[in-house]
Amino acid sequence: MNIFRIIKFAFENIAVNKGRSFLTMLGIIIGVGSVITIMSVGAGAQSFVFDQIESFGSNLVGVLPGASDEEGPPASVFGVIITTLTYDDAKELRKIPHMVAITPYANGNANVSYLNKTINVSFSGVSSEFIEVEDASVEKGRFIHSDENESVAKNVVLGNVVAQKLFSDDDPIGKKIKVNQESFTVIGVMKKRGSSFLTNQDEQILMPVKTAQKILLGINHVSVIRGKVDQKENIPLVINEIKKILQKRHNIKDEKKNDFSVRSMDQALDIIGNVTDALNLFLGAIAAISLIVGGIGIMNIMLVSVTERTREIGLRKAVGAKSGSILSQFLLESVIMTFVGGFIGIIFGIIFSSLIALIVNYFGYHWELLITPFSVLLSVSVAVIIGVVFGFYPAYKASRLNPIEALRYE
Amino acid sequence: MSSKLISVKNITKDYHSGDVVTHVLKGVSFDIDDGEFVSIMGSSGSGKSTLMYVLGFLDKYTSGKYYFEGQDTSEFDDDKLAENRNEKIGFIFQSYNLLQRTTVLDNVILPTSYMVNCDVKKAEKKARKLLKRVGLGHRIDHKPNQLSGGEQQRVAIVRALINDPRIILADEPTGNLDSKSGEEIMEILQNLNKEGKTIIMVTHEQYTAECARRILHIKDGKIFNDEIVNNRRLATNGDYKK
Repeated sequence: MNIFRIIKFAFENIAVNKGRSFLTMLGIIIGVGSVITIMSVGAGAQSFVFDQIESFGSNLVGVLPGASDEEGPPASVFGVIITTLTYDDAKELRKIPHMVAITPYANGNANVSYLNKTINVSFSGVSSEFIEVEDASVEKGRFIHSDENESVAKNVVLGNVVAQKLFSDDDPIGKKIKVNQESFTVIGVMKKRGSSFLTNQDEQILMPVKTAQKILLGINHVSVIRGKVDQKENIPLVINEIKKILQKRHNIKDEKKNDFSVRSMDQALDIIGNVTDALNLFLGAIAAISLIVGGIGIMNIMLVSVTERTREIGLRKAVGAKSGSILSQFLLESVIMTFVGGFIGIIFGIIFSSLIALIVNYFGYHWELLITPFSVLLSVSVAVIIGVVFGFYPAYKASRLNPIEALRYE
Repeated sequence: MSSKLISVKNITKDYHSGDVVTHVLKGVSFDIDDGEFVSIMGSSGSGKSTLMYVLGFLDKYTSGKYYFEGQDTSEFDDDKLAENRNEKIGFIFQSYNLLQRTTVLDNVILPTSYMVNCDVKKAEKKARKLLKRVGLGHRIDHKPNQLSGGEQQRVAIVRALINDPRIILADEPTGNLDSKSGEEIMEILQNLNKEGKTIIMVTHEQYTAECARRILHIKDGKIFNDEIVNNRRLATNGDYKK
């Protein structure tokens, strides 16, 4: 048997029923297209999230109040407020070797007003080392000095957008503003950092941590402590030190009873990576279901085709086609359909992914268009496998036809 | 026995349909030599078509012996049977059985697709030559539905010839044709026989059967008369001539 001639027969037959073949392929086109789009969107979202996290600064460790499984979410996610972590803890942790900067965060919301303008913003009480920890910088004026914490100075540093909203084109430095009716002096304006998906730092105001605690919040604890380590390799060492110091300070003997948890950015990235990987896989699997539905469509149409062409099959057998030749011809028809469908699906998938990237970028977020060769290879090979699997039964049925009965078929 | 092209000994064929067994062939024996032109004649249901399909390896017999070119065909597996159909036998059917969506040329070279080695260019060249010989040189790129019945049957004959088979098996080749077209077909078959092809033709019409050199009369699954045609009819251009 001549394989090229058989491929030609398969192509001819697909071409003869153009409309039908296209509709049959549509299932595969949609399946492959959506697998590629979803995997691309997933990869894009993942890298977007990673970028966002890394923009906070590298080599960071975070201390969160409340014990938690290191792989799971922190206690605060469940709305539990734990008050054991304090500014003094932060000061003590600063003394760890390799720790280059540290800042606690005491967070809240406040109404800020200047003249007749009032806006609601979130505020963070931080230490003077916030700048190093977060890789941030001041545009105008200066940042909080370390002694201003102890003196509970009523000074604020404005986020770039806050400054814009309150002062427009005026120079805010040295001006008095009201924060929840308390009078504060503006000492600086932060450089624009761009939007970040967790908090918009440009719409935030910063003040000494003690000021936030005592004057605005009336608390003694902090929400989180973040520290910067000199080198990535030293992070595990520092984490160990943090645990030791805090256990001692909080009088904890049993490690299982820790009232805090320590995380590094790497861990966070790992967790988020795991979660998003699982999510991508899940979405990809859902998209793959449409591939299976497409495969069933192919089987259906091939069964119809075998019945329609019973006489043709009989004739082919009469002129010398072996069962294997008939099997190959029909199997090739479904494989060619899934392959062509898969190819068109790739093109559609790439177009859709690019459109999504384009739209997201248009809204000012940095979104990378990520189409991995893996997703292309995976969806096309799955499509072709589906062609073989779902094409086999009709092809086998065709090859088993009795030539006499097939020739007499009306 | 080895000189015989076909040697059939006491062949039977049963069809099972549920619990009902139909004996279509009830012990048929005959020999056919190279170069013969044999008609198998009988009324419908006599088993003549089944006999032809058995001879052409399209159907399997239930018992008996069938020697083809001296070989015992009971030892042939499905692939071997397909090879024999491809290389040794050319079929002509009552309803032509052409692929409707395929050109005349591609219909004719269809059997070559299933050869082990086939030169498509050579096959096409041969097909053109043969099509011209049966007066269809101008129809090469037409589709079968643009052709008359007689023309379609001539295409089918060329298809049967493309692999140079030893035997042509024709199942009521003129059954769907008007008498003039039928005559043309018979003339072609007679000419092919003159050139040495062995032809076995199934028919129920006496005047068609008489174009052959020998008639096997079959009735109720048995041959009751093996007759040599002394006064053979020669079909020429639409008129029977005694």
